[in-house]
Amino acid sequence: MIIDIGIIAAKAFLVLFMVLNLAGILGWIERKGSALIQDRVGANRASILGFAGLGLVNTLIADPLKFLTKEDFVPPQGDKFLHTLAPCMALFTALVTFAVIPFGDVLVLGERVINLQVASLNVGILYVFAMGSLGVYGIVIGAWASNNKFSLLGGVRGSAQMISYEVAMGLSVIGILMVFGTLELQEIARGQGALIRDLLPESASFLRSTVGWLPAWGVFLQPLAFLLFFVAAVAETKRIPFDLPEGESELVAGYHVEYSGGKFLMFFAGEFAEIVTVAALVTTLFFGGWQVPYLMRDGFHLPWGETVLLPQLAVTALQVGAFTLKVLFFCWLQILLRWSVPRFRYDQVMRLGWKMLLPLALLNVIVTAIVIVAVQ
Amino acid sequence: MDLSVILFFVLAGLLVMSSLMVVFLRNVVHCAMALVAALFLIAIFFLMLHAPMVGVLQVLVYAGAIMVLFLFVIMFLNPNTPEPRRKLWWGFGSLAALLFAGSLAALMTNGESADPMSVAEVFGSPEMLAKSLFTDFVLPFEIASVLLLVAIIGAVVLAKREP
Repeated sequence: MIIDIGIIAAKAFLVLFMVLNLAGILGWIERKGSALIQDRVGANRASILGFAGLGLVNTLIADPLKFLTKEDFVPPQGDKFLHTLAPCMALFTALVTFAVIPFGDVLVLGERVINLQVASLNVGILYVFAMGSLGVYGIVIGAWASNNKFSLLGGVRGSAQMISYEVAMGLSVIGILMVFGTLELQEIARGQGALIRDLLPESASFLRSTVGWLPAWGVFLQPLAFLLFFVAAVAETKRIPFDLPEGESELVAGYHVEYSGGKFLMFFAGEFAEIVTVAALVTTLFFGGWQVPYLMRDGFHLPWGETVLLPQLAVTALQVGAFTLKVLFFCWLQILLRWSVPRFRYDQVMRLGWKMLLPLALLNVIVTAIVIVAVQ
Repeated sequence: MDLSVILFFVLAGLLVMSSLMVVFLRNVVHCAMALVAALFLIAIFFLMLHAPMVGVLQVLVYAGAIMVLFLFVIMFLNPNTPEPRRKLWWGFGSLAALLFAGSLAALMTNGESADPMSVAEVFGSPEMLAKSLFTDFVLPFEIASVLLLVAIIGAVVLAKREP
């Protein structure tokens, strides 16, 4: 009993620790990356006793210190309580989403079976969407409580954008749910360990011999869904090219104009935690989660028949490592995207969401249904 | 005492408190946020009753979608002046509350106590919900979806300006 609670607490702590630290590191990577893309030297001002060599470590210490020692300003006409509540909600919803994302298969230690996932819910992906829909409040309430016209405009834009793209995001995932037949993210990750030739019937011999050796990752089975999901998820994080709620040139900083110090840090950390969550979701749904191609529970089973046996701890380490690498890759991709794509106009954002992504997602559902019926 | 019982009473206290705040707070946005908190707490109760599907749908539909629209309307209309208290509303409200309390009391004293563990393990799971929606209750389900579709079309027709 005590040990069980301890294991759950340890998993929760580990996940929160990793996400928050990764969010901090991403803040630094974003600045360094933007400097690299714009061909300048960036983020080299933080030095400890004249030593600026360890840029990452210095910035990681300097950033929060700077935020926390700044004045915490609340607009005099604003709503003090809601002004404080809003960043808490933004950070909370960004962090709790990670609870259902699996970062490894089950780990068997003696008689104890540890599922490498904080909470195993049979509604997994719906929980992710529920928490995402609560994230709207952080923006709307923060914008309203600031009593600032720019804030309010940003808040209205942000909530309309998030609600619109949630529809496309939810519909794009349905294809994946139909293929794997479950809402549980751990089961979806496990289902992607199969090879494509295991899913196809005997009669489809051409497909079996050409693409049958590929792992049955979501991106191979549902390429359109991956594209739609990724675009919608980036729109949910409200970053360029979808940063209309903040739009510096129009709204100063949108919903967080009136935030400073620690509360701004919470919005900031929430945004980077969302990047990590989106990366983890894309990994879990479309890139096999913790799966390493051809790695089964007892070792590698290569498609040409060779087998390399590995101890269980090594397999688990490989899985967790693969998950981390994939997540890091998608974090990097999102940061690259932010610094290489221009911003949309607001009507373009809405048109993309409702007139492009939504019909394509519906089409994907229909085509997937037809293919599944044909294969069975 | 069992840990879940303690948790239940703490959450129930919070729920009653936030529900009272919905009624008695003077600022409408505060009321709306208290309602969100109440809906969220009810969702946690569903989780504690091993019905994560209902709990998650509660958050997704009520707290995440409907209340956001409420908040939208409140923010756009921005009612700065608090509503004047009307005696008639108090009368209606008290009457409705009394009726509800009475029916609840009747239910609690009459009905045999339902054993929460007597239902099957998969009860309320997404698979079971989907199966019953698309086999036994497919006609009511389709009628409800057509009704919603009609409502959406009606809203679009009303909102669309004549060129």
